[in-house]
Amino acid sequence: MATEIFPGRFESIPKIRDFIVNAAVNAGLNEPDLYAVELAVDEACSNIIEHAYGGEGIGDIQCTCKVSDNDLTIILKDYGRPFEPESVPEPNFNAPLEKLKPGGAGLYLMRKMMDEVQFEFTPEDGNILVMVKRIDK
Amino acid sequence: MEITRTELKRCEIVKANGRIDSYTAPNLEEILNSVTSNGKYKIVLDMSEVDFMSSKGWWVLIETQKTCKKYNRGELVLVGIQDRIRESLVLVGMGSYFKIYEDLTTAVGSF
Repeated sequence: MATEIFPGRFESIPKIRDFIVNAAVNAGLNEPDLYAVELAVDEACSNIIEHAYGGEGIGDIQCTCKVSDNDLTIILKDYGRPFEPESVPEPNFNAPLEKLKPGGAGLYLMRKMMDEVQFEFTPEDGNILVMVKRIDK
Repeated sequence: MEITRTELKRCEIVKANGRIDSYTAPNLEEILNSVTSNGKYKIVLDMSEVDFMSSKGWWVLIETQKTCKKYNRGELVLVGIQDRIRESLVLVGMGSYFKIYEDLTTAVGSF
């Protein structure tokens, strides 16, 4: 298990990705799954900065990677506003182009890319996002 | 990520390389905005050397597409999308908003 703390800024995203990809490579993830993890982590961190903290430089993102025989678990913690995934509407990509509004695609992609995505909030620990990717061997 | 622009008679080619993620997507947005604010609405985005794209990047392209297609004055078309990126584009459901070409000549020829 490895944990690192990064400032909640967009410039941290490449560093967070490197930290997690390093664990994912060691865990033996194949190339398509590696891409899926990278994408889910990018989307998750972007949501933390924009929605939980409401901007850059407000708080940190704590990242933990756990590797077991069968899966890679990524835990992202922040101390921003409680995140309620049920309040995020699924993006409607049947709408005409001019009616499209940004939002929801990140969460949708995270759920599609990972095998498990769970959100939890406690006043003491803040938001805890747990994402699991099974390892295909 | 690096971005280059090539102005042709019939359209403008914008070529990006590397990663378009939540950190770098604003750079792409800035370049595409400067193309459209110059009155160029026929744009080919060459993605053959882009190896990562997050939803932030797609939203930049959606907003550019809205600007280009307004009054039927043009379009943003994509060329050379790598498999992983194309898969996530289809998965998220944004694929229908863009014409995608395999090679640059065909993409430029579409205008």
